[in-house]
Amino acid sequence: MTPPRSALGLAAAIRNGEASAVEVLDDYLAAIDAHDGEIHAFNLVTRDAARAQATIVDQLVASGGDPGLLAGVPVALKDNLCTRGVPTTCSSRILDGWRPPYDATVVTRLGEAGAVMVGKTNMDEFAMGSSTENSAFGPTRNPHDTSRVPGGSSGGSAAAVAVGFAPVALGTDTGGSIRQPAALCGVVGMKPTYGTVSRYGLVAFASSLDQIGPLTTTVADAALVFDVIGGHDPADSTCLDRPAPRVLSALDEGIQGMTVGVLTEFLEGADADVVARTRQAAEACAAAGARLEEISVPEVRLGLSAYYLIAPAEASSNLARYDGVRFGLRVDAEDTMAMNTATRSAGFGAEVKRRIMLGTYALSAGYMDAYYSQALRVRTKIIEGFERAYRRCDVLLGPTTPSTAFPIGAKVGDPMTMYLSDVCTIPSNLAGHPAISIPFGRGDDGLPVGVQLLAPALAESTLLRAAAVIEAAAVIEAAASTGGGRT
Amino acid sequence: MVDTPRLTREDVAHVAGLARLHLSDEELDLFTGQLAVVLDHAADVALLDLADVPPTAHAMAVINVLRPDIPGQTVDREEVLAAAPSVEDHRFRVPRILGEAP
Amino acid sequence: MTDGWVMVIGLEVHCELKTTTKLFCGCPNMFGNEPNTNVCPVCLGLPGSLPVLNQKAVEMAMAIGTALNCEIRPSTFHRKNYFYPDQAKDYQISQYDEPINVDGWLELPDGFRVGIERAHMEEDTGKTTHAGVTGRIHGADYSLVDYNRSGVPLVEIVSCPDLRTSAQARAYVTELRSVLVATGASDGKMEEGSMRVDANVSVRRSADDPFGTRCEIKNLNSVRSVGRAIDYEAGRQIALIESGEQIMQQTRHWDEDASRTVMLRSKEDAYDYRYFLEPDLVPLVPDSDWKEAVADALGMMPAQRRARLADLLRDAGNVTDARTEQVATVVDLGLDDLVVEAIAGGIPTALALARTANEAAADPEAARQLDPGSFVTLLSMEAAGTLSSTQAKTVLAELLAAGGGDPSAIAREKGFEAMSDNLLSVTVAHAIEGNPDEWARYCAGEDKLAQVFIGQVMKSTRGQANGKAVVAELQRLRG
Ligand SMILES: [Mg+2]
Ligand SMILES: [Zn+2]
Repeated sequence: MTPPRSALGLAAAIRNGEASAVEVLDDYLAAIDAHDGEIHAFNLVTRDAARAQATIVDQLVASGGDPGLLAGVPVALKDNLCTRGVPTTCSSRILDGWRPPYDATVVTRLGEAGAVMVGKTNMDEFAMGSSTENSAFGPTRNPHDTSRVPGGSSGGSAAAVAVGFAPVALGTDTGGSIRQPAALCGVVGMKPTYGTVSRYGLVAFASSLDQIGPLTTTVADAALVFDVIGGHDPADSTCLDRPAPRVLSALDEGIQGMTVGVLTEFLEGADADVVARTRQAAEACAAAGARLEEISVPEVRLGLSAYYLIAPAEASSNLARYDGVRFGLRVDAEDTMAMNTATRSAGFGAEVKRRIMLGTYALSAGYMDAYYSQALRVRTKIIEGFERAYRRCDVLLGPTTPSTAFPIGAKVGDPMTMYLSDVCTIPSNLAGHPAISIPFGRGDDGLPVGVQLLAPALAESTLLRAAAVIEAAAVIEAAASTGGGRT
Repeated sequence: MVDTPRLTREDVAHVAGLARLHLSDEELDLFTGQLAVVLDHAADVALLDLADVPPTAHAMAVINVLRPDIPGQTVDREEVLAAAPSVEDHRFRVPRILGEAP
Repeated sequence: MTDGWVMVIGLEVHCELKTTTKLFCGCPNMFGNEPNTNVCPVCLGLPGSLPVLNQKAVEMAMAIGTALNCEIRPSTFHRKNYFYPDQAKDYQISQYDEPINVDGWLELPDGFRVGIERAHMEEDTGKTTHAGVTGRIHGADYSLVDYNRSGVPLVEIVSCPDLRTSAQARAYVTELRSVLVATGASDGKMEEGSMRVDANVSVRRSADDPFGTRCEIKNLNSVRSVGRAIDYEAGRQIALIESGEQIMQQTRHWDEDASRTVMLRSKEDAYDYRYFLEPDLVPLVPDSDWKEAVADALGMMPAQRRARLADLLRDAGNVTDARTEQVATVVDLGLDDLVVEAIAGGIPTALALARTANEAAADPEAARQLDPGSFVTLLSMEAAGTLSSTQAKTVLAELLAAGGGDPSAIAREKGFEAMSDNLLSVTVAHAIEGNPDEWARYCAGEDKLAQVFIGQVMKSTRGQANGKAVVAELQRLRG
C-alpha cells in the first residue's frame, strides 16, 4: 500500500519536477486495484480520465507552466458531486447510469488547480445515513477493521483517504457526513461555513444544511483544499460573495491567548475512552497557550430532533424530481402517476423512503406548525446558544462521535440509534458554522477517535489553527503509544 | 405549544401517496413503527413554547442575490434527451396523464 | 344576468414576462423554438442544479406592481410541491406568504376601481402535448413534454373579488393587458399564452347577501372566453341553487368548443402543496432607490394616456361618445403618441384621432413604427385639401405597408395631383346642369343638398375631388 503522503508534499514534488503526476497516480491506482475489492470505497474508478489529467499536469510542468495548487494530487469525489459525462449515482438505483451534462463547481475548481480525479466514492444513498450501509451498491468497510462501518454518509471518501487510495477526497456534510466518517476512519474531515463552498452540482439532500468539504490526512491539506474549492460562485445563490479563502498561510500562527471551550453537552453521551481523548486534546490546547473553559450550550440537545424534521422536509422536496420522466430509472406503468410511484418505490432504498415520508409528514397540512416550523425556531435557539458561547470562547471542543466505529449491521434495524451517532455534529449544520474532526489517538478497542473543533461562522482560520495544534499533539501521542489499530 | 398526534398507519399510507411511494403491508407496519419513534423523539421540539422565537430557514442572512438578464449556456438537446428513459419527437415521452395539473 | 342575482368575480391573471432569459437560469425565454432546445440543468430540474434570480424579471415585476398602485415589499420564494410531468423539479418556485407586490388597484376606463390583492413572481411549467385523436389529455395514449417554457418568468396578478358582471371582467382583462404592455413587461399576446386567466365566480340573490360558494374556472385564454365562461358558470350556479341544490367548491375547466365549464376536481381533492421557504434562494428586499428607479423608468399608463387625449379633445370642443371610443382604441393599441404628435403638428384633433383609430389601427404593429413626421405631413395635405380623404387613406396604407416614406412622393406616384380649379369649376357646373331642381332648392337655402352635388362630382372624378373644395365652389356660384 502507498504510504500516506500529504497533498501539500505531493503537489510540491510534482510542481518542482521531483515526482511525476502519472507515476503518483499509478501508485494510488495500484493501491485501489489491490485493496478496493475488500474496502469498496469506490463506486467508479475513472482510470483513463485520471491518467489524461495527470499527463497534462506533467506536460505543463515540463513546459514550465504552473499546474496549480493541487498539481497532480489524486482526489476522490463523493458520488453525489456531478461530473460531466461520468456516472453520478448518489449510490442509488434511481440514478444508476446517469451521466450529468455538467461538472459541479468544486470539480471544475479542483481541475483548474491541477488535481487528478480518480473516481467516485461510495456513500449512503443520497447522503442519508451514518454508516455507508445505505448504498444500493453494498457497504464500504472501515480500513481499520473491515467488520466495521467507515461511518457515513461520506464513508467511501473517508475510507479512501484512510487506506491510501487518494491523499484527498471530497465529502459532503449535512448533519456530520464528513466529520463522523473522518473520525471513524482516523482522517481529518472539515465542514466549512455554510455558503463558503458552492453547492452547484452537489446533488441536494437538505439544501439549507449541505456543505462540501475535504477529507485529508493532515490539517494543512484540509486548509489547502478549502482554499482551492472555496469562494464565491454566481451559480449558487446561497454562496457568500466573499473573496476566496486563504487559510493555509495562517495555519502556523498557534493559539496562544485563545479560549477553548469544552462543550459539556457533547461529553454527556460519549463513551469514556472518547471523553478521555477529548480531555487530552483540550490539555494539548492548554499546553499551546490557550485558556480552557467548560461551557454549556443546552440548546444543542435539541439539535437532533430539529435536524430530523428540517433535513427530511427539504429532502422530501429535493427528491421529488426522481420521477422517471427526464433522467435515471423508469419503471413503466399504465399512467404517469403510477409510473412515478413504481419508479420511486423501486429506485429508492428504505432509509431514503423513511426520510421522504418523515419530511412529507412534517410539511403536510396540519402538522407543519408542530414540526417543521417549530424546528426552524429551535434552529434560532441553537444559533443563539452558540452566539452566547462564542462571546467567551474562540473555538469549542468536543468529541466528533460518541463512540468509535460500530460493526456493520449493528444499527441497521433501528434508525433512531443510528441517528444518535450524529448528535455532536448536527448543531454545526443547523447553525451554518464550520467544524473539523481531527484524529486523536484510539479508543479502548484500538479504533480511531476523532475530536471535533467548532468555530463561529467564517472563522475557518481560527478553527484550523487550533486543529493544527491538536494534530501536532496527536502525532506525538501516537508516536509515544504503541500497538492498537491495524494500519 | 402544540399537541403532537400519534402517527398512525393511515397517516403513513397518506404520506406515501403524497410522496408517490408504494408501500407493501409489511413496509407500512415497519415504517409506521420506525417513524413514530423518530417523531416521539421530536416531541421535545414540538412541545417547546417558542411562539416568540423567529424561525431560521437560512443560517446566513444574505439578501438580493441576482443575476443579469444575459443568456447563458444551454445544454445540447441530444445530450439531454440521451439521458431520458423515453423520447419521441425530441420530447420526453410519458405514459398517459390522468388529470390536469393542479 | 338572471333577475335579481348578483355575481361576484375575482380574477387571477398569469402574465409571462418578456425577459431575455428565464427566471432562474440563462436559457432563452422564447416562444416557438424547436422543443427542448432552450433548456439547461436548472430548468430541466437536473440533480445538483440551483436557481439564481433574474434581476430584470424582478424589475418587471416591480414595474407591474408600481403600475397597479401596489406596495412593493420585501419578499421570499417558496416551493409549491406537486408531482406533474411538466413541472421539472416536481415543485414550483413561487412567492407565497410574502409576495413582492400587495394592495393595489386598477382603474377601468369607466372609472371603476378593482382592488389588486397581490402580484407575485413565479416560474412557468413546460408544455405537454397529448398524443391521440383528440389532442386532449383525456383519451390520449401518452403525452410528450417540452421544457422550453419551463422556468419562464410569470407574474400572477390576483384581483380582489370586486367585479360584478362579465362585462366588467372583460374590461378588467382588457385594461390589465394594456397596462402590462405599457410597462414593457408583457407582449400581451393572449393567443400565444402570454396571458392566462383563471376566474373565481360565485352568485348571490342580492348585493346584501354574503358571498356564495365560489368555483374557480381555469384555462381562459381570450377576453371573449373570460366573458362567456363567467356567464355560463354564473348561469350554472343559479340554476343549481334555484333547483334547491348547493354549490360545491370546485375547480372547473372552460371547454371553449362545448361552451361550458366542466369539473376538474372538488375541494376535497385539493392538493396538499406543503409550501416551505425555498432554501436555494435568499430573500428579495428592494430598497427605496431601486423602487424609485423602476418607477422613474415607467412610462405613462393607459388611464393617464386616455386622460391626456381626452383633455386635447375637450380643448378642441370635440367630446363625443364616438371619440371616447376612438381614444380607448388608440391607447389600447399604443398609438396615442401618434395622435398627440399630429395634434401638436397642427392637425385638427378630430382628423388626427380618426385617421389613427380607423386607418392606422388596421395595422397597429406598423403604425407604432410610423415616423410621426410623415404622418403629420400626410394629414396636413388632407386638411389643406391637397389630398381628398380617400386619397389620404390610400397614401397612409402605403406608408404603413412600406414602413415609411414621403407622403407627397407617394401621392405623386399614385397620380393624386390636386385637381385644378378650372377642372373643378367645369365638373361642378356639369353637376348643376344635370340637377336643376336640386340647385334651385340649394340656392333657396337647403344646404344639405350640397351632398347631391358632391356625390355627382366624386362620381365623375372617381373620388379625386376634394369635398371641401366642391362646397366652396357651390357657395361661390350661389353668390
Ligand atoms: Mg400561481
Ligand atoms: Zn435553463
